[in-house]
Amino acid sequence: MVDTMPSYIGRSVVRREDNRLLKGAGTFVGDMKLEGMVHVAIVRSQQAHARINSVDLEAARNADGVVLALAGAELKDVLPPISGMQVAAPKGWRDGMDPHIEIPDQTLVPYDKLRYVGEPYALVVAGDRYMAEDAAELIEGDFEPLPPVANAEVALDAEALVHDHLPGNIAATLHAKKGDGEAALATAPHRLKRRYFHHRYAAMPMECRGVVAEYDSRTDSITVWSSTQVVHWVRREVANALGMPEDRVRVVAPDVGGGFGGKGHVYPEDILIAYLAKRLGRPVKWLEDRHEHLLNAAHSRDNLFDIEVGYDDDGRISVVKNYFLVDSGAYSPVGAAIAGNSIAHFMGPYDIPHYEADCKVMMTNRTPNAPYRGAGRPEVAFAMERSIDLIANELGLDPAEVRFRNMIQPEQMPYAVGLPYRDGVMIEYDSGDYPEALRKALDGIGGLDAFRARQKEALADGRYLGLGLGCYVEGTGIGPFEGATVKIDSSGKVMVATGACPQGQGHETAFAQVAADIWNVDIDDVVVTLADTSHVTMGYGTIASRSAVTASGAIKDSSDKVKEKVFAIAANVLEASESDLELRGGSVGVIGVPEMSMTLKEVARAALPGWIHQRPEGIEAGLEGTAYYEPPTVTWAYAANAAILEIDAQTGVVKIENYVEVHDAGTLINPGIADGQVKGGLVQGIGGGLFEELSYDEHGQLMTGSFMDYLLPTASDVPPINVIHTETPSPRNSFGFKGLGEGGAIAPPVVIANAVCDALKSFGAEINSTPVRAEQILNILDAGVAAAE
Amino acid sequence: MKAPRSVSLTVNGDALSGDASPRMLFSDFLRDVLGKTGTHVGCEHGVCGACTVIVDGVAVRSCLMFAVQAEGADVKTVEGLADGDELHPLQKLFSEHRALQCGYCTPGMLMIAIDLVNSSDSLSEQDIKVGMSAALCRCTGYEGIIKAVAAYAEQVHGKPIKRENDNG
Repeated sequence: MVDTMPSYIGRSVVRREDNRLLKGAGTFVGDMKLEGMVHVAIVRSQQAHARINSVDLEAARNADGVVLALAGAELKDVLPPISGMQVAAPKGWRDGMDPHIEIPDQTLVPYDKLRYVGEPYALVVAGDRYMAEDAAELIEGDFEPLPPVANAEVALDAEALVHDHLPGNIAATLHAKKGDGEAALATAPHRLKRRYFHHRYAAMPMECRGVVAEYDSRTDSITVWSSTQVVHWVRREVANALGMPEDRVRVVAPDVGGGFGGKGHVYPEDILIAYLAKRLGRPVKWLEDRHEHLLNAAHSRDNLFDIEVGYDDDGRISVVKNYFLVDSGAYSPVGAAIAGNSIAHFMGPYDIPHYEADCKVMMTNRTPNAPYRGAGRPEVAFAMERSIDLIANELGLDPAEVRFRNMIQPEQMPYAVGLPYRDGVMIEYDSGDYPEALRKALDGIGGLDAFRARQKEALADGRYLGLGLGCYVEGTGIGPFEGATVKIDSSGKVMVATGACPQGQGHETAFAQVAADIWNVDIDDVVVTLADTSHVTMGYGTIASRSAVTASGAIKDSSDKVKEKVFAIAANVLEASESDLELRGGSVGVIGVPEMSMTLKEVARAALPGWIHQRPEGIEAGLEGTAYYEPPTVTWAYAANAAILEIDAQTGVVKIENYVEVHDAGTLINPGIADGQVKGGLVQGIGGGLFEELSYDEHGQLMTGSFMDYLLPTASDVPPINVIHTETPSPRNSFGFKGLGEGGAIAPPVVIANAVCDALKSFGAEINSTPVRAEQILNILDAGVAAAE
Repeated sequence: MKAPRSVSLTVNGDALSGDASPRMLFSDFLRDVLGKTGTHVGCEHGVCGACTVIVDGVAVRSCLMFAVQAEGADVKTVEGLADGDELHPLQKLFSEHRALQCGYCTPGMLMIAIDLVNSSDSLSEQDIKVGMSAALCRCTGYEGIIKAVAAYAEQVHGKPIKRENDNG
């Protein structure tokens, strides 16, 4: 007999992806080589804002190896723009957010005007990349410079318009309210008003973007391999642009070298390369280089907040007013989603009765802004968590104490926030113990009292130690849906395909664990297919910390359909009642009768169509089921962060001594993978808090266009990090899963800012913007010395 | 464009040759001409380290070298680490310590680590952190990479590495 399999969920199963990736045997888009393939170089704007008078392609067309050179004008009537209004806004969200949204369409290759440095205006196709780049250099444009709209703040009153139909350069406004903010502020014993700025940085995966496409004239179909997180979305846009049925467009994301949100929407190149492959009848390849990536792949963050908080003598917050601008750059590929996230997540784990938020999504002459790991949450966590520390300072309380006094208590769960989520459902935090997470984080750094004593001693020695705290909640596992198809064929293997598109998350392993448990089979008998539209009719993709919840839900629902048939057929063959059957170790058998069973392979054969099938009447042939899981609403992950750092008074450099995050994402599928996700996110957050910056000058020129200037954290920059995982199951799905992936990146910028301010408390200075620079710290120290003299 | 030159070299023990124009980067030659796509390209200006290979015993960034400079060289790439299905000890440690997620930087990390460990007979944890800072990883936060390389150094050097919190 076969024993029942142990559960795989909850075990740090070794990743099945590792073997090929370690051997250099993975396949990334850049590794693909197809017969007759030609290569594209894209010519990009060097000006932030300019009218296009003409583009001269003549020299490029005559250059060695050139197959095609074209500018935007030639595509104007051929390829439609990417619609700006793609992201659905459900009624509940519209009712609560009062949205006015006019996200502009994005022309694939502009023919009239250029709106950011890096925007394409021409392209060359040639025999190899070297020849394509040589020819691209020969393309001359005649441009009339226009005054640049340099940032969100100046955009409101700028005479220049990024898009002529958007007065004030406003692409969207949102307004949300809970309680009565005005009245609460008027009666609050204390008020704190601050401006916070969260700067612009980006996902920066190690693999830049890339697309390969191949057209097949026999079937009038096209295959697109794109380094993307959303294959089904790319398929829809390619099909729409080329006027083809979706069924004739296959989009595959092969191995993808990191995404973090930056590959989470459709880019012009996804469509352009497909178009060129069809037009030329040859495989076409485009690979983004790092400079292009810095200029052209979506940037993120870049929000300016004006905040007012009302609180009482005990530090209890009664009201927050949140007015903010999102610098969305020249387009907004994911609409007002980031701003909506920011509004919804502002109050975090705190019980605040009154709240009002006003937001404007601004168009500027910068690279488009799209979600990146955290997507609106790091920005508001910065504003909220800085405000709490400032309240603590005002009242002479410890920042930890002010957090405890304001936190939602476990007995308040589920907790209604009073705002709608992006899925249109009113937010209700589902489960968790927020104060306990903070207590654990403080224990993790050795205890609050012990640290304060050490800090005092250190200060007496002229050393500046600081403690930074940061707490957040994160809506995860958002819909609208995910698709999965589950099949068992005559090999007896369980084949699972979902719309999830991993970029390093270990989905092949994690979803094999989930499916192995659902089917009670050995994990090696589960075959997982991801990121390929030909395997799942409808799918959504891997963005927004959603796949663990949504793809697992779809695998379960589709499995349930197949299970019904498996049990019906097995009952028929074994002459038993369905209710007496169980799945055990790859077989279906009668409970308590080990010898009465048949393997899934035998069931699959009995399920075949034809003369010798063994299906009972009314059961259709084949073991295959597809389901689209539509989550009821999001699940709420949460975390508390605590970090100790020391400031070098000579250099202003901060050294993080110890960083602790207590993280709760419900039941974990693979704790080792989960740990890696949180730690990787934390290091990105530390990078954003200290080093990484997409910096523009007043002309709209990107000043950090290479890895010499855009500084990513290295192994030497990473402090000791301790992630403590707690697992409070979500009641919203049968597994207890909450989503995970973005969380780590949310808190570090504010934790660092809070810790630096804590260390320099005696100087009375505030750091209310990111990144936290050594120069800023030296200025605070110097001003303190000057004041003392 | 200058006429292509024939470049002959040894890659992972195999004598290979191919044509390269004088300006062709060695990384492109490995990937596009010789089909060794395990070596990845992340920045093409010598910062990210993903393209690192070992040339005549030394780790070099293949994007900062021309193919023609590799004439006669003995080159080792990630494809040469495993022995058939049997992973190299460092590859096993990478998997065990979760030192990779997307796997894009991994080939460079492996080659840098092998050079770092093999060109020394004693390494501290700090040496490993500094040495591995020659390449960028955006996924893991480096903890697993440092642990895997430390474990490998202990295997190769036959003694424990010096940790930061060790006294003395």
